[in-house]
Amino acid sequence: MFANLSDRLTETFRNLRGKGRLTEADIDGTIREIRRALLDADVAVPVVRTFTANIRERALGAEVSGALNPGQQVVKIVNEELIAILGGETRALRFAKHGPTVIMLAGLQGAGKTTLAGKLAHHLKGQGHTPLLVAADLQRPNAVTQLKVVGERAGVPVFAPEAGVTREDERPRGNPVKVAKKGLKEAEQRQHSVVIVDTAGRLGIDQELMRQASDIRKAVEPDEVLFVIDAMIGQDAVATATAFQEGVDFTGVVLTKLDGDARGGAALSVAEVTGRPIMFASTGEKLDDFEVFHPDRMASRILDMGDILTLIEQAERTFDQAEAERMAQKVTQGEDFTLADFLSQMQQLKNMGSMKKMLTMLPGMGQIRDQIENFDERELVRTEAIIQSMTPAERDNPKILNGSRRSRIAAGSGMQVSDVNSLVKRFEQAQQMMRAMSRGGGMPGMPGMPGAGGAPGAFGGLPGGKKSKGKQAPQRKVKGKSGNPAKRAQQEADARAGRPAQAPSQGSAFGLGQQAPQDVDRDALSADLSKYLGR
Amino acid sequence: MDVSWIPGDSDLLVTVVAGLVVLGGAGAALLGRTRKAPPREAPPREDDAAVAPAAAPAEAPVATEPESAVETPEAVDHRFGRLRGRVGAGLGQSLLAIFRRGSLSQDDWDELEETLLLADVGAAATDELMADLKARLRADPQADPRALLRAALLDVVDPGLDRSLRLGAAGDGALHSAIVVGVNGVGKTTTVGKLARVLVAEDRTVVLGAADTFRAAAADQLETWGTRVGVPVVRSHVDGADPASVAFEAADRARAEQAEVLLVDTAGRLQNKQGLMDELGKIVRVVSKVSPPSEVLLVLDATTGQNGLTQARVFGQVAPLTGIVLTKLDGTAKGGIVLAVQRELGVPVKFVGLGEGADDLAPFDPAGFVDSLLGE
Repeated sequence: MFANLSDRLTETFRNLRGKGRLTEADIDGTIREIRRALLDADVAVPVVRTFTANIRERALGAEVSGALNPGQQVVKIVNEELIAILGGETRALRFAKHGPTVIMLAGLQGAGKTTLAGKLAHHLKGQGHTPLLVAADLQRPNAVTQLKVVGERAGVPVFAPEAGVTREDERPRGNPVKVAKKGLKEAEQRQHSVVIVDTAGRLGIDQELMRQASDIRKAVEPDEVLFVIDAMIGQDAVATATAFQEGVDFTGVVLTKLDGDARGGAALSVAEVTGRPIMFASTGEKLDDFEVFHPDRMASRILDMGDILTLIEQAERTFDQAEAERMAQKVTQGEDFTLADFLSQMQQLKNMGSMKKMLTMLPGMGQIRDQIENFDERELVRTEAIIQSMTPAERDNPKILNGSRRSRIAAGSGMQVSDVNSLVKRFEQAQQMMRAMSRGGGMPGMPGMPGAGGAPGAFGGLPGGKKSKGKQAPQRKVKGKSGNPAKRAQQEADARAGRPAQAPSQGSAFGLGQQAPQDVDRDALSADLSKYLGR
Repeated sequence: MDVSWIPGDSDLLVTVVAGLVVLGGAGAALLGRTRKAPPREAPPREDDAAVAPAAAPAEAPVATEPESAVETPEAVDHRFGRLRGRVGAGLGQSLLAIFRRGSLSQDDWDELEETLLLADVGAAATDELMADLKARLRADPQADPRALLRAALLDVVDPGLDRSLRLGAAGDGALHSAIVVGVNGVGKTTTVGKLARVLVAEDRTVVLGAADTFRAAAADQLETWGTRVGVPVVRSHVDGADPASVAFEAADRARAEQAEVLLVDTAGRLQNKQGLMDELGKIVRVVSKVSPPSEVLLVLDATTGQNGLTQARVFGQVAPLTGIVLTKLDGTAKGGIVLAVQRELGVPVKFVGLGEGADDLAPFDPAGFVDSLLGE
């Protein structure tokens, strides 16, 4: 649908390959693409302007490097600048030296403050603190009830002396400032180490509510004021952030709903405009979907450079760890991979959601975007049906599949015998390949393998970079169904080998700048893979 | 652990899948040599339910009932007027300033473009608008650029679209259902409540279905809306109920009571959560068993940026959207994303939320919207 920045830059630089230096004209085209990418990611217009000006300045002249092609170089610069702004001064929560640490939450309506209050409390509790939640949102109907429920789920006490508004037509009663103060006193008495004050959501232009928030701030003298902002917010982010900075002078930012697919340019806008660090990211509806903010991931997300880490996390969540371990053992011990194993793997893949979605998350998929678009998700279902129409014995040993069995399977799965044949044939090829690999002692799919010609390029993470061409091309041929089984197997091996190699590169967003591309380091790799494998 | 032999022309796809599998399996093996893989996290079911108590008071069509607890909401006409000055103060003023300068220099064009971008119109829609305006100016160099931009904007907004709620005529006896969908925190429940008031003001009998069984206190919130205008609210009796079953109960009750309109509130869900979108699909299906939804309204927050387009697209795949409700337009955000949505998907804005008051939901008026963009 929308080509991402790397695709577009690749296009821009198509005629530039081999050129060692960036001229002003080259950069103009690039800057336009970057500007567009940032705007599509909802980065605020003024921020885009200063940002692209910086890029232009840096890209021109000085930093011409021999190791990178122009496209890689510009992306590297953009990425570095993004990370510099986003991660300028990441820091942990500041705790009070004595007495309870007071954390106040502020933000627009619907940004997710109340939910976040629970997550923060849960997070702090996990660190050995004894948080107390204070319900100072007396504005929104049932906000107090919601906080109570959230507190209960988190196993954290909630201080809610006022019931707040429980009916839509009620006038807000009670004084949130007093509630906050009382909450603080209560925490001191009961020796809670942290007090989290949930305040009412407000519009940036609502003077009255903003004054109330600043009154609360004065009354409880929080150690941290966290500004909660929705990752989906558009150009209004700047106005909102400025209003809140003036109103409550927040000390840190929390980005919520990052589990959505918004590209979250607001993060950049807020960080740039207010200079306040983004401290946490909220990534789901459950209490522990809460994490420390990763500037590097955010940078590649804003640039839409593919988000391998997200993909990996998704896999991590849905993949059955026991099953994965069993498979791993099979491979290392050189046991045969059977259709039953295949089926279980495929079912796990299905759990991960839409295949197209996953594919588009992979960097470098831009070039085969059309093919992805055309992919029929039900292909998986059909394959599943074929395998499920086999008996367990047949699944373990496809060799016994004779003509009559095959026609039974075809009938059972509603497919043609030719479909069954093709599945079996391809399965056997793959099986052979796996055997070869486990005999060779090499881990399948690990970079550094012979034949993984594309791996170094994949490391670059920039599709269309010279190196990754090597990887892309065979893939395209794979799509074109090479008739030669040996060639085909090789291509598949290539593709597979290339893929995991990308994971580490995404950790540092584009890899290239940070790692020598040719040098595939096993330690670094396993460290990165460990992220995927559950820390 | 390779998957690269799925039949059909899925090869490329499959190689990718294979990559993923290898990443999963072989990666584990690699690590497994040095340490045990940690226990697996429980698969996320994002929508374990929370609140879910019992059904609502008796049906009480309101306009006829002068009971004190139940009020008759303000009629919806002319509410839109409140919007004009507000939005006009933003985009309109700067456009006015630009156009006063007479002929447009490159800087003016840039500024114009930026103004549209700042309103969240989006890069693609802005480009198109600019090109359109340029073409119009070329065709008629003498024309007032302002009038031309108005025409161009109006073309995008398209006043010809039907923006009324397709819920049949009052008193036609049939049950019409409407489902309200959207991501978290955009104001779905509030919108349902306000819509109920609009319908009650039109003398319709309404049943509300609280199919948001996830967010703490969502059903309570809806119930307070319902009680206030005397509309029954069907909600779940148990914690963690299946939202589809609540929706069906609501539909069933609406049919049994011969109500005219069923309004179903759903839990907020991010459009990239497949499981939750499937759940929404189920809600739509079960409601269809009683009465195929004649309205599926997507609630969009005016502050939403370009992701709004993705939201509309993905929600539209699960539940064909018939309209958009643009909420929180009373802030500083301009809600320009609806231009992009309508341009791309042809889904019109039907209502706008202009404030926190119970009657601050107004029908969308395209001409008024464009005029206010231009500061008239």
